[in-house]
Amino acid sequence: MAELSAVLATTHHPFFLKATELTPPEERIPQAAEWKRKVEAYRETLTAAQPDILVMVGADHFHQFFHDNYPTFLIGKQPTYDATFYNEEREFSIPKYVLDGHEELSGFMLQGLLDRGFDFSVSHELKIDHSIICPIITTRPDADLPIVPIYTNIFAPPLPSPKRFWDLGRAIRSIIDEYPSDKKIAAVGSGHLSLELGGPRQFGETGPDPVFDRNAIEWLANGDIDAILANVTHESMSGAGNATHGFMDLILMMGIAGPEKAAYVDNLDLFHTMEAYFTWYPNGDPRKDGAR
Amino acid sequence: MSKYFVNKFLFQIDRDPELLAAYKDDPGALVEHWEASLGRQLGNGDPVERTTWLSFEPEERRALVEHDYVALFEMGAHFFLCLTIFIAIYDEDYAASQGPLSFQREYATKLSHWLGNDYPTVAL
Repeated sequence: MAELSAVLATTHHPFFLKATELTPPEERIPQAAEWKRKVEAYRETLTAAQPDILVMVGADHFHQFFHDNYPTFLIGKQPTYDATFYNEEREFSIPKYVLDGHEELSGFMLQGLLDRGFDFSVSHELKIDHSIICPIITTRPDADLPIVPIYTNIFAPPLPSPKRFWDLGRAIRSIIDEYPSDKKIAAVGSGHLSLELGGPRQFGETGPDPVFDRNAIEWLANGDIDAILANVTHESMSGAGNATHGFMDLILMMGIAGPEKAAYVDNLDLFHTMEAYFTWYPNGDPRKDGAR
Repeated sequence: MSKYFVNKFLFQIDRDPELLAAYKDDPGALVEHWEASLGRQLGNGDPVERTTWLSFEPEERRALVEHDYVALFEMGAHFFLCLTIFIAIYDEDYAASQGPLSFQREYATKLSHWLGNDYPTVAL
C-alpha cells in the first residue's frame, strides 16, 4: 500500500514570491528575509518526507469556476495541468507553470470518494490557480512531482460545514492508505487563518482577527478537532473576517492527518494576514532530530 | 437585484485585458456594450446560446459605471471580484502617487461604517 509520508497545511499568500524575490532588496518589506527563511525551513519538512506524488488541496478563486456552475468539491484527472491565470500574473506576479498530473491516483481517489458518500465533480480541463501554486512555490519550487488536485468551495456560499471538511479529510486519508502502490504520497493543502478581502478590515497591520488566529494555530497544532467543531462555524468565521472560510481547507488537511499533534508548527505575523505552517508525519517523523 | 449578473460582469471583465482596459477608460460605454453582448451569452461567452432574462437594475448599472465599490459591497457583490478588479484599475496609479497599498487602505476606510456590523451577504 502507498505510504502517506507527510501532510502539510499552510496559509497561501500570493505575494510571497513578489515580496521576497521579485522586488529589489532595498524595496522589500522589513519581514521579507524572515518570511523567506521560515518558508525555506517549512519546505524542508516536505523534502524530508521524500514524496513521489502530491495530493494538493485548494480552492478556485473565480478563475475557472463561476456561479453558473460552481462545484462544491472537484478533483482533476489529467496527465498535465497548466497553472496561473492572467489576472493572477497581473496582480501577484506569479509565474505560469505546467505540472504533471497523476491520473491513476486521481481516478482511484475519485472512485474512493464516491464510494464514501462524497459525490465529487471531476474536471479533465482544470487549470490550477494560486491556492495550489502558492504551496508549490513555497514547498516544492521545482514543481517536479505529479499532482492530484482537489478543489473545495470555501468561496461561493452556501458552503459545506466545517465538519464536512474534516470528514472529507478523513475520507481522503483512508483512500490514500488503501492505494495499491509502493509510492510515497504527501498531501499539501492551503487555506487561510482570519482574512478580510474587499471589506473594512483588509490590509491592516495584522490579520483582521489576531485572537482567532492564535486559537486556530493552537487547535491545528494540537490536532484538536473537538475545539474546532465547538468554536468554528460559518458565522464565527465571518466574524473573524469575510474571507476566513478558507480555514476550512486547513481543517480538511488536519482531517487527512488525523486528530494528532503536528510535528512542525510555525507562524509569521505579517501585515494583512497571519501566515502559518503545519506538518504532520502520520507514519513517523523522517527528520533526524525529529524536533518539533 | 441581479447580484449574479453583477458578479458575472466583474468576473468576465477582470479576466480579459482588453475589456478591463475599456472598463477603466470608458466605463459607461463598456457596461452598456457588455450588457447587450457578452453578458447575455450563456456561461463564459457561448457563441450561440443566449440568456434572455438577465439585466442590471438601475442602481447596479450606476454602481458599475461609477466604479462605486462601496455600493457594490452593500448590494452583496462578491468581495473578491470587486477587490480584484478595482485593484487592477486603481492600484498602480495610487501606489505611484501615494505609496504602496494606498488604494487598498482607502477602499477599507470607505467601508469603515460597516465595522462591527454583519456585512451584506454575498450568497445568491
